[in-house]
Amino acid sequence: MQLAREELQQAYRQMKTIREFEERLHKEIATGVIPGFTHLYAGQESVAVGVCENLTNDDYITSTHRGHGHCIAKGCDVIGMMKEVYGKADGLCKGKGGSMHVADMDVGMLGANGIVGGGPPLATGAALAAKLDKKGGVAVSFGGDGSCNQGPVFEAMNIAAILKLPSVYVYENNRYSEHTHSSYVIASESIASRVEGFGIHTVKANGFDFFEVHEVMKELITKAREGNGPCAVEFETTRFYGHFEGDPQNYRAPTELEDDRENNDCLKIFRSKVSEAGLLADEDLDNIDNEVLALIDDAVEQAQNSPAPTPDDVTTDVYVSY
Amino acid sequence: MTETTFREALTDTLHQEMARDENVIVMGEDVVGGTGNPHVEPDFVGGVFGVTAGLYTKFGVERCIDMPISEAGIVGTAAGAALAGKRPVAEIMFCDFMGLCLDQLMNQAAKFRYMFGGKATCPMVLRTTYGAGMNAASQHSQSLHPLVTMIPGLKVVIPSTPADAKGLLTTAIRDDDPVIFFEHKTLYTISGDVPDGDHTVPFGKARIVSEGEDCTLVATGRMVSFCENAAQALSEDGISCDIIDPRTTSPLDEDAILDSVEKTGRLVVVDETPPRCSFACDVAALAASEVFSSLKAPIKQVTAPHSPVPFAKELEAAYVPSPAKIKDIVEQTVNYK
Repeated sequence: MQLAREELQQAYRQMKTIREFEERLHKEIATGVIPGFTHLYAGQESVAVGVCENLTNDDYITSTHRGHGHCIAKGCDVIGMMKEVYGKADGLCKGKGGSMHVADMDVGMLGANGIVGGGPPLATGAALAAKLDKKGGVAVSFGGDGSCNQGPVFEAMNIAAILKLPSVYVYENNRYSEHTHSSYVIASESIASRVEGFGIHTVKANGFDFFEVHEVMKELITKAREGNGPCAVEFETTRFYGHFEGDPQNYRAPTELEDDRENNDCLKIFRSKVSEAGLLADEDLDNIDNEVLALIDDAVEQAQNSPAPTPDDVTTDVYVSY
Repeated sequence: MTETTFREALTDTLHQEMARDENVIVMGEDVVGGTGNPHVEPDFVGGVFGVTAGLYTKFGVERCIDMPISEAGIVGTAAGAALAGKRPVAEIMFCDFMGLCLDQLMNQAAKFRYMFGGKATCPMVLRTTYGAGMNAASQHSQSLHPLVTMIPGLKVVIPSTPADAKGLLTTAIRDDDPVIFFEHKTLYTISGDVPDGDHTVPFGKARIVSEGEDCTLVATGRMVSFCENAAQALSEDGISCDIIDPRTTSPLDEDAILDSVEKTGRLVVVDETPPRCSFACDVAALAASEVFSSLKAPIKQVTAPHSPVPFAKELEAAYVPSPAKIKDIVEQTVNYK
């Protein structure tokens, strides 16, 4: 792993930002001030950041209902995101999208997506555009274990394979499709073994370790960029919260969450690895922690004090022209 | 002006727009045809209705793309490419197959601009065929424009003449919103004068097909010529009709319809779909709400029955609104006391 000090700091900052964004939302949602359905990404940060640190603003991603982490990792403005989750007029999507539809075309973030399996066909399309543009761009779709059972996802991968598109299909297997265990709903041995059947180079990897994610993705994204067609990867991961906020999670083993927080926390794993290798000092990491906490405090305060959209905004931005 | 078939007008427009803008790409099942088949040259098919003929030869494999039979994949790929700056013209062979790709239309393409706060555009066209008249039975004959007309974020186009086929398809390709473009299967072979060179027809601007005093007829696609036939017969009995072809059901030229109903005081809406929650209902409700005091007779709708499209010739003929039935209903409306 040949990452420069700045790259390590950046990766940690991104992971920590996602974590604190979600931990804070978990608390704020409980107060009842945030409308709608929210699905938290805490626990999976190493995947979003390990993937997106290999991308530029000219590359595209599509995301899921659990999309905050992908948005932050791809470079969406954190304060604009918080305002959006609060449904405010100056949110990233003017309060029209909310948690499940955060997007920012300027950084190649083609949207979180409320439809499970909605994103991969769009990533295939963005990859087609990138191929035609001939500038080396790639498109990455994020999806969960649940999405691998949607027919349009199969269609998207097959189309990418026959057209040799520069796309990478990332499956974050966090063990649960909503409340149902992935071992029950996925008939094949793994998601990876199924995807291989599409003639796509596929890898299965440990998603708890940022360094493994980063290295695997570097290889796959480079392959796609160089015109070798699509790739796919299944990352083992876990979510620290429920399918949605308010999910009592009584389907999980009694000590599962405690055990994951103790042994499978990607931030702890990152910290111990960089500390043991002497790559970053505790002080560096603590400083980043403090910066991130201040940013999230600021984001929440701004979101709480931002203006709400007005009724006149209901019918704006339906069309470019009508 | 050149006399051209409806099909040729569409093909010429695709050629013209692909030559004009390299971001325009065409994709669908057999839009090239023959790809991968060792026994024939590519472009062997050019679309099952022949509309995409010659595009592969002219613009190459990168811009005219044969797709697997994967409607959700085709529409999703088009929507994603549109988000990323292309102007895809995707083909779904029969609109009945929209059932397979409705999520990508109604939850993805239609919603991006709104959900993303006005910062995304999805300039794609979905060309598809519709309508009965070829004994293609229940899964290849429907008229599903009402299904997409009710979805905000989509524009819906139904040309009725070769000239409009060119003008409206040109506008659709240059439009920055997702457009569903319905082509009636029986219209491909009709001929008419088509303007040469650049020809656009704006959306939301109805075509006044004919002008009269006694009754307003509103119809789209194939039903426009059925109304013309009925009006011709009615004129022999001294009844004259305004025939309004809205051209686009979304946006809808409400003014053209309402102005005409205010003038004639009578409205008959003709549509090939079943009657419930239909385009005909929509137009009838519009007139009832806005120009009620002008009406001299109840608004009538001439539509297909509330049934799937049947197969047998006799059944299909009974299903589709006929010029004779339109004439009969207009007579009843004009004679209403």
